[in-house]
Amino acid sequence: MDFRFSEAEKRFRAEVEEFILQEMPPGYAEKDLYWPGGYGAIGEFEVRDPAVEKFREKMGERGWLTMAWPKEYGGGGHSFIEQAIFFERISYHGAPGMDVSALISGPTILRFGSEELKREWIPRIVKGNLKFWLAYSEPNAGSDLAAIQTKATIDGDDLVVNGQKIWSSGAHVSDCGWMVARTDMSAPPYKGTALFIVDNKTPGITIRPIVNINGFHSFNEVFFDNVRVPRKNVVGDMNMGFYYLMVALDFERLVISMGSFRRRFEDLLKYAHNTRRNGKLLCEDVRVRSKLAQLATEIEIAYLLYYKTAWMMDNNLFPNIEASEIKLITTLLSRKLADAGMEIMGQQSQLWPGSRHAPIRGRFAVGYLDSISAVIGAGTSEIQRNILAQRGLGLKRA
Amino acid sequence: MDLGLNEEQEMLRKSAREFLSKECPKKLVRELDESDTGFSRDLWKKMAELGWIGLPFPEKFGGNGGTLFDLIVLLDEMGYNIVPGPFFSTVVLSGFTLLEAGSDEQKQSYLSKICSGEMVMTFALTELDGTYLPKSIETAAKNKGNHYVLNGTKLFVPDANIADFMLVAARTKSSSNPEEGISIFLVDAKSPGVRVTLLKTLGRDKLCEVVFEDVKVPEKSLVGKLDSGWPIIKSILRKATVAKCAEMVGGAQASLDMAVNYAKERVQFNRPIGSFQAIQHYCANMVTDVDGSRFITYKAAWTESEGLPSDMEVSMAKAWTSEAYKRVAVLAHQIFGAIGFTMDHDMHLYFRRAKAGELAYGDADFHREIVAAQLGL
Ligand SMILES: Cc1cc2nc3c(=O)[nH]c(=O)nc-3n(C[C@H](O)[C@H](O)[C@H](O)COP(=O)(O)OP(=O)(O)OC[C@H]3O[C@@H](n4cnc5c(N)ncnc54)[C@H](O)[C@@H]3O)c2cc1C
Repeated sequence: MDFRFSEAEKRFRAEVEEFILQEMPPGYAEKDLYWPGGYGAIGEFEVRDPAVEKFREKMGERGWLTMAWPKEYGGGGHSFIEQAIFFERISYHGAPGMDVSALISGPTILRFGSEELKREWIPRIVKGNLKFWLAYSEPNAGSDLAAIQTKATIDGDDLVVNGQKIWSSGAHVSDCGWMVARTDMSAPPYKGTALFIVDNKTPGITIRPIVNINGFHSFNEVFFDNVRVPRKNVVGDMNMGFYYLMVALDFERLVISMGSFRRRFEDLLKYAHNTRRNGKLLCEDVRVRSKLAQLATEIEIAYLLYYKTAWMMDNNLFPNIEASEIKLITTLLSRKLADAGMEIMGQQSQLWPGSRHAPIRGRFAVGYLDSISAVIGAGTSEIQRNILAQRGLGLKRA
Repeated sequence: MDLGLNEEQEMLRKSAREFLSKECPKKLVRELDESDTGFSRDLWKKMAELGWIGLPFPEKFGGNGGTLFDLIVLLDEMGYNIVPGPFFSTVVLSGFTLLEAGSDEQKQSYLSKICSGEMVMTFALTELDGTYLPKSIETAAKNKGNHYVLNGTKLFVPDANIADFMLVAARTKSSSNPEEGISIFLVDAKSPGVRVTLLKTLGRDKLCEVVFEDVKVPEKSLVGKLDSGWPIIKSILRKATVAKCAEMVGGAQASLDMAVNYAKERVQFNRPIGSFQAIQHYCANMVTDVDGSRFITYKAAWTESEGLPSDMEVSMAKAWTSEAYKRVAVLAHQIFGAIGFTMDHDMHLYFRRAKAGELAYGDADFHREIVAAQLGL
């Protein structure tokens, strides 16, 4: 074992760092209220910002959005460890630009899509000028995705889609949906579901906002009324979508903004160093010290798992179990960080961004609300525990 | 021993549940949360007519002659329903201060107006560091013959934006013992030099910054003895702490009830999610937390209400309830999944208040320290 970065990895890290500091949209990190692990305060889910688009395209030019993909598909030929280093730095600096298309859909298309599908979509994903939203959940199908009711009926060269999606984060600011729907209601879901790409501009799509508890319009309900999707947009075999979806969900669980945890923790450290309460610096208070030490330990464990998953991918091992572990750990940490941070800051911590007296820009107050989303989105903690117990440890289903 | 409520308290609880669900629906709660005042005069008037505002105060001042314990029963229900507005600041913080330390004249003219619902009052206590320690009180009141002049900044003052009068803790003498030299003044909120700014908070609970700049206060506005305000404040803080616990217990109960009902209805994997053991265990943990919090809160309230030494009980209640309500609200949210993460759902109203309640009157660490001291450690 060797827990150090290699010289090449260090050089790459420095290069990424320099790029971010030079190219990031000015003022973005200060303004954005993203909370580690959360899904409810992401600026990019709310508005489409030309400065962010430009930044994403610049990353695309370097092949960094898809850096661990094979070169023949426009990938950067980097290792997964390097990709992990890249995401860590990006999230540490609060830089925008990551997208469902490159993180989740792209890898799934590469694995299961036809050559035609790859030729059409992969180059655009690599360049970074596409935004996707996830069209999985429905009112009666959250954890139980097999219960989806939206239908995709084959009609000539098209699928005709009817039904409703919900919790569609950023659908209103995206180009295309990455969608699952039932092709055959009489077959079991894993034999009668299609996974496909639907263009937001197709007639028959209605997008309605849902405001989350942070006051952000991140969610949407999306209605499909006889929406025609070309069959060539279907990933792999028409009826095998549920199987591909499970793999896409594995990719999603591996999307962790690791660096943001460290960054917010550092904010807290600085606060504890600089703030006096009852005549004493907070960092001298044993309760504060104990809370910070506990957070530091949990962040360290999360980091180790994070690099472990990347290392496994580099060694052709798929981190199926580890993906659930890291999703579970980091999303719980999302709340612990917000909660412990608020406890350390005391009454001031409840002040909302914009308040004159709000410490750390009120980020922890937003984060406290947002941390509710982390443990629910992309598969709840309970579902992750089920996966760990059943897939991981071989325990029987109840 | 008698570990049940008496008949009148049971009645109060039942009628409060009915009244509030009708007169303070969640639609109103949301409107008030999102407004700048957080105050419904109409609801206030009705609560005064029911005798709630004067519940724990003597009849000769227009009150209902009840006890602190009676009030706790009511606050439990108010926490259950959520009732935005200045009830806590007017009744608990201000009413009890006047009752305990006010002159007869002050009680006649102010406490009776509180009881009748004519006057909204709050207590400006905490300052920039937001702690409840005597040391942090730096707002100064200088004696200028027949009046005092107040200068300083108070933070996290509840409902100051709508209060007619404020009780203000200020330093009248510097002393090596921070508990000495604090006095309480009754200040007209419209006095020149009083500046109130509403703070935007996670709890949306109308906490304010109040700046006093050369505010002239007549000598007769002193409440209690000069320089000896701290023991009064301590007594009020004990009552406020246990009262806040009662509200929090009610909120935790509501979170539990909502989540259990949802767990029975929501179907995933062809069965109610409440049939999954993971969810059942969450519910079991929640009910245990709610019952534990209620019992320790009621014990503390009874102790304080009886005039017995209650520091230990009150701090145990707040240390426990602060964390228990938070745990309950987090689990309830977990059971609701994505729907609970929406502004239109009720759960976040409770989740916010669980955090705000934790921060008010000292969090769990603060109160465990008091418990430890009471244990002789
Ligand atoms: C912020 C956020 C963003 C989201 N973005 C998107 C998006 O962009 N696109 C999209 O399609 N979806 C999105 N979702 C939806 C998300 O995938 C679902 O919320 C999630 O899968 C849970 O589904 P549900 O909310 O319907 O809860 P339910 O499935 O109804 O679950 C309710 C509770 O029951 C528990 N439960 C359910 N089944 C079991 C079981 N078998 N064992 C034990 N416990 C169980 C759950 O863990 C949870 O505690 C988002 C959600 C959030 C919160």
